[in-house]
Formats: sequence, structure tokens, C-alpha cells
Amino acid sequence: MNTKVKIAGVEFKNPVMTASGTFGSGMEYSDFVDLNKLGAVVTKGVANVPWPGNPVPRVAEVYGGMLNAIGLQNPGIDVFVERDLEFLKKYDTKVIVNVCGKSVEDYLEVVERLGDEKRVDMLEINVSCPNVKEGAIAFGQNKDALYDITEKIKKVAKQPIIMKLSPNVTSISEMAKAAEAAGADAISLINTITGMKIDIYKRKFALANRTGGMSGPAIKPVAVRMVYEASHAVDIPVIGMGGIANAEDAIEFIMAGATAIAVGAMNFHDPYTTEKVVEGIEEYMKKYNVEDINDIRKIV
Amino acid sequence: MANKMKKEAKVLSCGLLAEGIYELWLETPFAKDVVPGQFVGVYPANKATLLPRPISVCEVDAERSALRLVYRVVGSGTAEFSLYRPDDFIMLLGPLGNGFPLDKAKGKNVVVMGGGIGVPPLIETAKKLSGEKVSAVMGYRNSETFLSEEFKKYSDMYIATEDGSVGTKGNVIDAMRENNIKCDVIFACGPMPMLRAIKAYAQEIGAKAYLSLEERMACGVGACLGCITKTKEIDEHSHVHNARICTDGPVFDADDLEM
Repeated sequence: MNTKVKIAGVEFKNPVMTASGTFGSGMEYSDFVDLNKLGAVVTKGVANVPWPGNPVPRVAEVYGGMLNAIGLQNPGIDVFVERDLEFLKKYDTKVIVNVCGKSVEDYLEVVERLGDEKRVDMLEINVSCPNVKEGAIAFGQNKDALYDITEKIKKVAKQPIIMKLSPNVTSISEMAKAAEAAGADAISLINTITGMKIDIYKRKFALANRTGGMSGPAIKPVAVRMVYEASHAVDIPVIGMGGIANAEDAIEFIMAGATAIAVGAMNFHDPYTTEKVVEGIEEYMKKYNVEDINDIRKIV
Repeated sequence: MANKMKKEAKVLSCGLLAEGIYELWLETPFAKDVVPGQFVGVYPANKATLLPRPISVCEVDAERSALRLVYRVVGSGTAEFSLYRPDDFIMLLGPLGNGFPLDKAKGKNVVVMGGGIGVPPLIETAKKLSGEKVSAVMGYRNSETFLSEEFKKYSDMYIATEDGSVGTKGNVIDAMRENNIKCDVIFACGPMPMLRAIKAYAQEIGAKAYLSLEERMACGVGACLGCITKTKEIDEHSHVHNARICTDGPVFDADDLEM
């Protein structure tokens, strides 16, 4: 039985990853999960300098999911390299570093800085966070801007790059094609869907940022549809995410066209989710005689 | 610190303490590891809800391996908890957070101060401070002074009520002044305006205050960065000025907070 998958020459022991921003750099969840069992740890977005993020409240629950507007709080690349990357050296799993920035230069600085870090297997470029005013999603909602930043990053990146796409667009296929045309090695989707919640008793927005990114099981059908469309529009691998709660969900994304998948908000519901998904995929493969996980990709 | 876990807990008993204020005694293997001021994440069974509700631990009974939670019904999740009955099971994540630094009270006049639904965690705190000179000053809206009788076992007990129906009319600071309570160290939990007033009061009398904060949380374990509070110094985790309430707190030295 083979659970290994390959993306841009990087081999993952299984297709299960963590969705950026929901798992820190793995430190907090290593109390619950054996990180060695995961295909990859995808870190929280890191910028060239520390970012303070948004005011609180930053999170709110909604039916079947949640909204967040953390605003990419992060310690900046220096602390990240010294502390988080050092921590991840203890584990036998792939490391994908999520990179964020306010300007193209910010992204390039982080990408160049990580170029010689052997522990970094791939870079995921966050051009889709809906919760910061500058950068991020501004690059991910316009296909020319996406093409431009992808091309510039690809020129300086030493690791393969994954462009993380936003669902808040008219055509996900067009965005996927733009990333591919500009040289992206892979794409990941979906980032959160922009949403809003109002507390009718306080007559106030539930989040200080007013809008937030929606995640959780309620967004899964949207994510599956977009992964299907994107993976049929491009030849580069797709990493699928959006509301994955268990192995059945993960397999659904793989059948839709994903080479690998990531668990996001459900880590908050059950800190053991990632490991359970790894085990559940193996059980499914045994029960339904799937020799190679790659055989069921795009099977529908 | 004890390992965190997510585990099913058995309801041993339940009850109504005041209007909208309920209690649950839950049997869980990590009960004995919980220190005063820590909290647990309680999961509603409703599949449409994702996130654990952070609820402070009111009391620990190590012999029964049990935790007592006293909480206010504020939404659909806590409303569900109030329907649980003995022998039901409920999912818990814990123990979470740091707890009160009891060692700072050694040989001092210590005052535990609570307001509203901030009162419960101070029961276990007062209990574990036995041996010190402990006063308890609790603030309530009205005569529904839940848990106040229990503080008498561990401390000198003073009450403040907003409507003046019991004890001092006013807030916990008014009760401190009215009763001339000696105070070197304060352990407090309650709404933000009360905590701000306690910080100012502590500065005024030259006491140390340790405050337990509340915020909307998602993960409860320090990963999501949803529940932050502004700090004077650069924080350890993100090197900005945001400490994580769920893991760096919920208890902070008042002098370290921008509030």
C-alpha cells in the first residue's frame, strides 16, 4: 500500500498536511499529535518583520464553522528561523513555510532569506489572506497581479513554490491558470471565504475587523468544487483544503483532484484530527483495496 | 506542566446556583493536574459547533478525579451544558492556561477578588492558599451571591453588590475600602472594567495584582493567536506586544498589561 505523494519533486510520506495558520509551527499541537506521522507541517504565515495582527475579538463561531481575522500576527523571519525552524528539525516530516507580505519586496525578502534553509522543503505563498489591508489578497484577486508576483517569487525562490489561492474570486480556474503560467510549482486552495457576523444583542460586529475569513465544515462543498475546477484547469499539483474533518473528507478532495490535503479549523475542534485523518486514509485504502493513494486522484 | 488532552468526562452531578448560573462536577483523568486559575475547553455535542467553550475550573476534587465548573449560560453551547445530567458524557480539553502564581502569596496578606462569573475560579484559589492570611472580596449584581458561603471555609469573606442588597453597595474596591482589608497581593478574575479598577487600586496601595483575563478563543492551546492581550513588553511568542491569553495567561501580572 502506497500513501506517498509527490509535489514538484518533493516526496511526502502521506498526503496529510496542516493548513497554514491553524497549527502554528507545530509546537503547540505536538502535545497531541506525533508530527512525524504527518505528510507535512505547513507553518503559520511569516513576514520579513513581526506583524502585530488585528484587534480582538479576532474569532467568532458560526454555524458549522468559524470566522477569523487574526491579521497574520507573526514574529518575523528572524525569530521564525531561529526558533520555529529549529524546533521542526527534530521531526521527520516535510516543512512548508507559508510566506506573507505587504509588498512584493516583503515576499521576496522572506523567500530569499529561506533559500539556504535546508529544513524548508517548499514555500507556500499567501496571496489570499482576506484579513489584512495591504498585500496578501490584493495579489490573489486579480490574475495579472497574481501572475506578476508569482513570476517574481519564482525567479528568486530556491525551493518549489505553492501559490495559495483565494476562493473570493469569480473564476478559480483563471487564477489557477495564471499561477501555473507564471511558473508556480503547485497551488493550494481554498483560503478562507470572506464573511461577517453581527451580534444582534450588542448591535456590533462579532469581529473587531468587521469581516473575517470563514473556515470549517460548512465551507467544504465550496472547497471541493473549487479544487475540482482548479485541478482540471492546470497540470501542476493541487493541495486541497477547506473544512476537512476526517478521512472521508480528505478522500473526497483527493477524488476531486487534490494531490495532497490540509486540515485547518478542525484542529481547533479536535487537536488529534491530522493523525486521525492519516490513519483513516490507510483504513479506507485497506478496506476498499486501494493499492496506491495516487490511483484515486481525479477518479470522478 | 501536565500534558494537555482531549477526553470524554463523565457528569457526576449538576445544579443551578443562581439565575443563569449552573454547575457541573465532571470526572476526568486530568483533574488532579489542574491548578487554580486554569481552565478547560468544553465541547458542545451539537455538530454545528466547532469550538470548545473556555470555562474556568471552580474546584478540584482529586479523590474523585473530578472538576467542578460553574458557568453562566450565555449562548447555545452553554445552554446545552445546562441540560447535562449525571452519567452523561461531555468532551473536555485541558488543563489549559497557566493558573494563579500562588507562591507570590507566601507569608503575605492575600485577597482573592471576583466579579460575576469571575467568582468561581477563586474558590479553588482560596482553598489552595490555606495557611496564608486570605480575604475574599466578591462582587455581584444583586442578592444572588452564588458561591459566597463557600469562601467562608477558606477566608474572611466580604461581599459587594451593585444594588446594595448584600454587603457593601458598590464594587469590590468599595468593599476593600469600607472594610479596611489588608492587602499585599491580589488574585482577581472578572469583567475588564473591574480588572482595570483593581490594577489602579493595587498601584495606589502598593500591592501586586494578578489578573485572569477572558477573550474569545478558538484553539485554546496557543496556536491560532485568536485571544491576545496587549502587553507592555514584547511578547515571547510573536515578538510584538500580544500575549496569548490561552497559554501565556489567562493570569497575568497586572504590571505587564496594557489595559
